[in-house]
Amino acid sequence: MARTHITAVVNGDETEFLAEDGTSLLNALRDEVGLTGAKEGCGTGDCGACSVMIDEKVTTSCLVFAPEVQGATILTVEGLADSGELHPLQQCFLEGAALQCGICTPGFLIAAKALLDKNPDPTETEIRYALAGNLCRCTGYDKIVRAVQEAAREMRGQ
Amino acid sequence: MAITEENPGYKWVGTRPIRPDGLEKVTGKAQFGADLMLPGMLFGKVVRSPHAHARIVSIDTTAAEAMVGVKAVITGSDFPDLAANGAHASDIDVANNAIAREKVLYEGHVVAAVAATTRDQAEAAAKAVEVTYEILPHVLTVDEAMAEGAPLLHEGMITKGVDPAPEEPSNVASKILHERGDLDQGFGEADVVVEREFTTKPVHQGYIEPHAAVADANSDGRAHIWCSSQGHFQMRAYSATVLGVSPGTLKVTAAEIGGGFGGKTVIYLEPLAVRLSQRAGRPVKLVMDRDEVFRATGPTSGTRIRVKMGVSQDGKITAAEVWMAYEAGAYSGSPVGAAGMTAIACYDIPNFVVEGYDVVCNKPRVAAYRAPGAPMAAFAVESVLDDLARDIGMDPIDIRLANAAVEGTQASYGPKFPRIGFVETLEAIKDHPNYTADLGPNQGRGVAAGFWFNAGMMSSATVHINENGTATVVTGSPDIGGSRQSMALMAAEELGIPYESIKAVVADTETVGFNDVTGGSRVTLATGAAVVDACRLIVEDLRARAAKTWDVEVDQVEWVDGQAQHVDGSQPPLSLSDLAAKSGRTGGPISANASLNSRGVGAGFSTQLCDVEVDPETGVTRVVRYLTAQDAGRAISPDYVEGQMQGGVVQGIGWALNEEYIHDQDGVMENPSFLDYRIPVASDLPMIDCAIVEVPNPAHPYGVRGVGEVGIVPPMAAVGNAINDAIDVRMTDLPMSPVRILEALTEQSD
Ligand code: FES
Ligand code: FES
Repeated sequence: MARTHITAVVNGDETEFLAEDGTSLLNALRDEVGLTGAKEGCGTGDCGACSVMIDEKVTTSCLVFAPEVQGATILTVEGLADSGELHPLQQCFLEGAALQCGICTPGFLIAAKALLDKNPDPTETEIRYALAGNLCRCTGYDKIVRAVQEAAREMRGQ
Repeated sequence: MAITEENPGYKWVGTRPIRPDGLEKVTGKAQFGADLMLPGMLFGKVVRSPHAHARIVSIDTTAAEAMVGVKAVITGSDFPDLAANGAHASDIDVANNAIAREKVLYEGHVVAAVAATTRDQAEAAAKAVEVTYEILPHVLTVDEAMAEGAPLLHEGMITKGVDPAPEEPSNVASKILHERGDLDQGFGEADVVVEREFTTKPVHQGYIEPHAAVADANSDGRAHIWCSSQGHFQMRAYSATVLGVSPGTLKVTAAEIGGGFGGKTVIYLEPLAVRLSQRAGRPVKLVMDRDEVFRATGPTSGTRIRVKMGVSQDGKITAAEVWMAYEAGAYSGSPVGAAGMTAIACYDIPNFVVEGYDVVCNKPRVAAYRAPGAPMAAFAVESVLDDLARDIGMDPIDIRLANAAVEGTQASYGPKFPRIGFVETLEAIKDHPNYTADLGPNQGRGVAAGFWFNAGMMSSATVHINENGTATVVTGSPDIGGSRQSMALMAAEELGIPYESIKAVVADTETVGFNDVTGGSRVTLATGAAVVDACRLIVEDLRARAAKTWDVEVDQVEWVDGQAQHVDGSQPPLSLSDLAAKSGRTGGPISANASLNSRGVGAGFSTQLCDVEVDPETGVTRVVRYLTAQDAGRAISPDYVEGQMQGGVVQGIGWALNEEYIHDQDGVMENPSFLDYRIPVASDLPMIDCAIVEVPNPAHPYGVRGVGEVGIVPPMAAVGNAINDAIDVRMTDLPMSPVRILEALTEQSD
């Protein structure tokens, strides 16, 4: 089957990979690029475990065909830390025990980053709605919401 | 501060450091089941039955085998026929559930599997496997399955637990019965009696990670399996059974597990992946789609339950009669046994009969789900108790206090309770500001309680002291919710070294002794006790080595704060790192193993308080405030104790309000996606307030009881009782969805 050659900036690096037209970005990232941080929880856009940022917009990568990202800039959970220094969200998730099994964590971190990039001082309700596309079955969301609140405070320098 | 039960003076136990496996999980490095890639690996795909009940007439794999990239196709005939080999009935069921032989018993039942070089090729080949079925009539619920003349799933099924044994086969696998006292007398003493009937639907554990397994088989019969499960020793045992090999030929490595809640104690993909890998001579990865997870794994039972209870005017329960039927799905083994034991276990009731039936039907075989069986029974019993409290005008906490099981109470299922903390959870709710917070219009408040045994079972641990005095703690219990942290905290406490100096890991089946599954809330209790035992052996060894170094008797040496100290201070202390550095001269490497079979489980109780707001126009119920009080015994790792409490509650809220399996007339699941099977999301919920109660379990070195399960027992009744308080409607069928609430409101106004 013919495979398309795709060039995109992934986590800051120009990256080339091949994918069939029907392959999802999620599978291309996982199988071809070797970035398995984004997870498949459903494959139908309903769980958010596969969330990545494409050109600064949070997107469920299971619903994007790989060839669509030609020339785009993509951020996955593997690109959140800066030269080994954790993003405040990552640090706050750790300190606030905002993960149990951790399968949903990459998606939540990306969705929360997208929120805080746009809204540095969200209310609890705004956080809950911004994360409503991400399913977590372990935590009941309490500690996740608190971790995002804490990270927002830290990022605002409070 | 004085060292007391409440303040035992621990340095590490009860603190909230960062978990050992956290960094990998926030950076995307952690390897879950589907993340492993091996050179030359093939992708597999499973072929599933589209019918709820059918005889397999033939399977033609020739077209699939001829397709590009296809390396192996297997069917039931590629596995030993355990029934013909006279195997144990429960093993035959495990094997037939993994891959059907003669009949398919539910939509989604596996009939074949393929492996090919790409995902797309595997999918195409799976579609090309031609299966001819003879469709049989099916039964989907306990009502249908128990009806006169119902079609049978298993022609030879004679109900167990009935004397004399019935002569005719049926879909009822077994009956359970618990009785005490005299029911008629008990109801005669009651001032108020309430009787109601309840139904609940099957619900799925809903872990976000679908099942996944990779197998790499060698030509000599050995194979290595990587899988996401709650027990890789269990997966090894089941796989060996299904494949007809010795367990020692299989090595199973536990991947990180993305949630299980009981649903990953069952085998699905592992033996198929091994057989495909053997046939293809290459590693094979099998991963389920979400659709397959819903159709063919989990769920827990749908049920029908009748409860009749009576109380005297002072709130004493005089009698209880409980009848329940639990769906087992395709093979016997619903959790009705546990349901029968837990249903009224919170209370000291003089007269009762609890009767239950395990009923097979044409749905996926049920799997354990957090306190299996208990939540449905508690929904029924705690709803009726709420009605009784209202009828006699008693506070819902007070009526529970008036009947609460305490130390010495003869549990309804037999033994006398040792020290338990049920009363303390009730008091914690009553003392909390939520209990008296103001309620707005259309809001209501509900209380409910729950009991779960907690399990012990078998565990092994190995502790190694590294050459610089740090330690590695090795267990074989997959870490599903932060247990590596609790292992490291207990080891730090025992060894007297910092938490950060300890690395806790989960090892494969060849690297550590046997461990039962991560289930029954048992890991911190039992595997934790094994870790404590191993650490204590290490400390004994360290004291002996210090004694040797100082040339004194070992009883002259104490282990304090990570140092060997001479009792009279006559020697400069030797730290763990000093002793580790000299280990070569004092007897070699410092290491210890401990294995045990449970040392006394500690029962868990939870009481919960729920405030809801019901919109009378739409029927939508919103949880506006929630408090859960649970007896942890001892919270080794309070962050993750709260996590278990909150997670259990929210699963329960989903079960109460939204979640249900919907099947069409043909027995095909209509909502196998997270879009149509809606689990709670962040915007549905408030914060979940936690009150950790600590009444230590006398049988555990740190007082641990286990916290994973009991939190899901009360929520359905707590929500239902709150709805009743808000709109004066008693909901008896789950889920209490907007449609059902509106129906009930309409009925009420008629
Ligand atoms: S895997 Fe993409 S949303 Fe679930
Ligand atoms: S931590 Fe397990 S799904 Fe969120």
